[in-house]
Amino acid sequence: MKYYDKLIFELSRPGRKGYHLPADCYGVEALKEIPSDLLRKEDPELPEVSELDVVRHYTNLSSKNFGVDTGFYPLGSCTMKYNPKINEELAAMPEFAALHPLQPAESAQGALELYYNLQKALSNIAGLAEFTLNPYAGAHGELTGLMVMRQYHIARGDEKRRKVIVPDSAHGTNPASAMVAGLEVVEVKSKPNGSIDVEDLKPLLDDTVAGIMMTNPNTLGMFETEIMEIARLVHEAGGLLYYDGANLNPMLGKVRPGDMGFDIMHINLHKTFSTPHGGGGPGSGPVGVAAHLVDFLPNPRVKKDENGKFYIENGDKSLGSISSFLGNFGVMMKAYAYILSLGKENLKNVGPMATLNANYIKESLKDDYLLPIEGACKHEFVFDGLKDKSTGVTTLNVAKRLLDYGFHAPTIYFPLLFHESMMIEPTETESKETLDEFIEVMHKVAKEAKEDPEMVKQAPHTTLISHPDETTAAKKPVLSYRQMKG
Amino acid sequence: MSKIEEGCRYAESHEWVRVDEDVAVIGISDYAQHALGNIVYVDLPEVGDELEAGDEFGAVESVKAASDLYSPVSGTVVAVNEELEDRPEAINEDAFGTWLIKVAMTDSSEVDKLLDAEAYAKICEE
Amino acid sequence: MSNRYIPHTEEDIKAMLEKIGVESIDDLFADIPSEVIFKEEYDIPSSMSEIELRRHFKELADKNENLIVFGGNGVYDHYAPSVIPHLLERSEFYTAYTPYQPEISQGTLQYIFEYQSMICELTGMESTNASMYDGATSAAEAMFMMVASAKKKNRVLISATLPEHVAKVVQTYAKFHGVDLSIIPEKDGVTDLEAMKEMLGAGDVAGVILPSPNRYGIIEDFTGVADTIHAAKGLMAMYVDPSTLAVLRTPAEWGADIACGDGQTLGMPMQFGGPYLGFLACRQSLIRKMPGRVVGVTTDGSGKRCYVLTLQAREQHIRREKATSNICSNQSLMALYATIYLSLLGVKGLREVNTLAADGAHYLYSRLIESGKFHPVFDKPFLKEFVVKTDLDINKVNEHLLRHGIMGGVDLGDGRVMFAVTEKRTREEIDNLITLMLEA
Repeated sequence: MKYYDKLIFELSRPGRKGYHLPADCYGVEALKEIPSDLLRKEDPELPEVSELDVVRHYTNLSSKNFGVDTGFYPLGSCTMKYNPKINEELAAMPEFAALHPLQPAESAQGALELYYNLQKALSNIAGLAEFTLNPYAGAHGELTGLMVMRQYHIARGDEKRRKVIVPDSAHGTNPASAMVAGLEVVEVKSKPNGSIDVEDLKPLLDDTVAGIMMTNPNTLGMFETEIMEIARLVHEAGGLLYYDGANLNPMLGKVRPGDMGFDIMHINLHKTFSTPHGGGGPGSGPVGVAAHLVDFLPNPRVKKDENGKFYIENGDKSLGSISSFLGNFGVMMKAYAYILSLGKENLKNVGPMATLNANYIKESLKDDYLLPIEGACKHEFVFDGLKDKSTGVTTLNVAKRLLDYGFHAPTIYFPLLFHESMMIEPTETESKETLDEFIEVMHKVAKEAKEDPEMVKQAPHTTLISHPDETTAAKKPVLSYRQMKG
Repeated sequence: MSKIEEGCRYAESHEWVRVDEDVAVIGISDYAQHALGNIVYVDLPEVGDELEAGDEFGAVESVKAASDLYSPVSGTVVAVNEELEDRPEAINEDAFGTWLIKVAMTDSSEVDKLLDAEAYAKICEE
Repeated sequence: MSNRYIPHTEEDIKAMLEKIGVESIDDLFADIPSEVIFKEEYDIPSSMSEIELRRHFKELADKNENLIVFGGNGVYDHYAPSVIPHLLERSEFYTAYTPYQPEISQGTLQYIFEYQSMICELTGMESTNASMYDGATSAAEAMFMMVASAKKKNRVLISATLPEHVAKVVQTYAKFHGVDLSIIPEKDGVTDLEAMKEMLGAGDVAGVILPSPNRYGIIEDFTGVADTIHAAKGLMAMYVDPSTLAVLRTPAEWGADIACGDGQTLGMPMQFGGPYLGFLACRQSLIRKMPGRVVGVTTDGSGKRCYVLTLQAREQHIRREKATSNICSNQSLMALYATIYLSLLGVKGLREVNTLAADGAHYLYSRLIESGKFHPVFDKPFLKEFVVKTDLDINKVNEHLLRHGIMGGVDLGDGRVMFAVTEKRTREEIDNLITLMLEA
């Protein structure tokens, strides 16, 4: 196949069309009634292309991408599991796709029922009282959850609680979300094994603490075994516990965040509940809360009356609105289909099988790669680069070499606790054969690093492009076709 | 091994200061530029901004890292190096020859509290 | 254990446990205190086959009604060309993650670059990011950008004519982040520019957000407004409907510094509220204050043109609590949607969409006024959406319409009702709407 690199703008020919609209039969010329001062002076430069031009162009672009459907995608903390096809089909059903968000509730009972059922299912899976599905993504869920946290303290007249404790190993969105929510971030140290240092936590717990943000298992894929003690300490100090659901997958069937003492959490439907990542979105970040926080959830809320009718309510104790309407409904439909497909019999196997897969890779590779923390991990684990540091081959080099072998790279240089972090998360949807292939290639790369380190350092060798000049891109950003033409 | 210039004073956050009468000329050390890698952008304050010692006055960005800049002294910004807008890589090329801002100090004794070259060298070794 | 999404056979499990050196899967969870282990069954339905799942979704679907839509209020029933869903179903696009490995993500990176190019063309702005969640959150981020740019100022003004769902979200973000948000009053359905001038007087305003079209569908006249705001050392942001920018004066042409809005109007399914597409664009000078992912063009080691995520040092994964925003996900696939839509329509097609919608809306407006039951409220220019006043009982009218499969106008209170018309409506549908309303 030939190398394709045209931009859609470069296919444009004046006068070509890719659309056909009905004739105008109203007998009015509305645009002429609008004062010319309010009209656009200069036309935008959009492509003029045929329908086939468009179809071929984007089909060609799609072939320059690697997705879960292409191959193994062990990207740590991203839970790149299989995205079931039936979910796509169901979410596109016109009976849902053509619903206006403001059409009367009585004419959208099926959609509201689905939203309501998913709220209930997530509440049960999380061990919390209620969920809102309105947040659009994980970080948006974090922000919403932290707003709930603050609203709770405000409602109690305890406005001085503005500090939120975040582990130094946390994902960058945690402190950033806290900042947006008007909270002040205080870091708590991790112990060498990555778990929270309870002794370091204790002195931070004063009457200005709004709460703590945690993941469990933590960023290293290890379970925080002192969670009950942490929960007790934070609650005694008057704070709330926030659970970042990024690492929920291994807990399915094993532990519910609510049972660990968490008061608020978000779930990434695009991680744990199989909705596609879409090349970066749309996601969905439902937020669940314990019973004493339900009133503070964002508006609008979906409820069910005693006659079994579903309705939309705007509560007056709510923190306000964080989305235009009810969130990414189309994404929720896919997560709902996934939960029903697995059902109670299979959903509980997700956590155990994801954990089994991760430990299998870890144990198979730890002779070649440096495992900084021993013991059973959960859904993911971190290597600190190659064991043999004498070759000069870095985690980045290994990651790029994996691309040559048709695998996506793991998450690299995160968490920041190690210099050469390589975070691997296989998910439960991968078979032993796939894992074995990956393990074999990882061994091979380690061998190559010894025998021909320069070749590994120059990787990738077989990808469509390699070694993009990111420095120039950042120094003199060119962000549009117009800028590119100069 | 990164360079350390004898005639400068240093902050632990890796800024250097060279004193020219009551004006502090401020840059970042060779060690800091090395740690950041290719610098692609420098965010600087405006002339006339008031700074207290320890205040954040800007940031230096490389492709995948960013580092905040802290003023080692108190005073008023009297000049910013506008060359850096077009050539941020000047810092990589010559960290001690490339200043970021000049501050008219309100208390020049603050400079004495900063690290000398020897003490700063120790920090870089750690 | 095996199920269609979990491939493990008993044999696999046995071999894997052996390799790990443990007896059972439970051993992998031995570090978890037994008091927190979940020992019950999930209270969710039993596993469904595809056949049962389809049946269940069909049952739910049958409880929805697909209406002929004459309501808008931020979401419009525009036409989605058939090509788009087909291309969006290319799983190399939708099963990919954020393009962190550019070597194997050129598809995603290039369409985002094309998307950015098109958003810049529509708004007239010099730069934009890879997309935001929705219009309302993009307006909230525009507010943060203005505060961050002003450094020492913390006050932002929004017009009372900003669409309600947008204003609500902006207010929530302002309340928690600690932005001092004030509302410029409206006068005759448009922003009271005299009042705005006065509010700018104290010199403490970081920026102003103004809508086009506004919450009543009116195209406001912002002549001289940018100068007024800039004279007070503030920034001007506009909340715009991108579909209308084929014909309406652009944020850049009005002198705005930031443009934001919702891309739902670019033919996206209404989908009961999402996913849609937030966009945020700005002058080049503000680019370091802009949140979110950005794609730039560059060259690879052999000189080939390629695309990368750039300006990442602004983002949360590097800057943590000092980032410009906490945003991480964008609405990438919806950005692809918009890009394909705009490629198919081009400027001529998008102008035709606007012409058809506006002609239909103006036709409906005239017929309503002629009926004597509806009266003008604002004598102001509009495109596809407008407000009229009526003596009829709107509730009753809308219930009657619903029984005939129609979503009527949005009830704004005080007898005011707002109708929207898109290119999907026909003259027959409009005539039928009027007949039904008058007989209600």
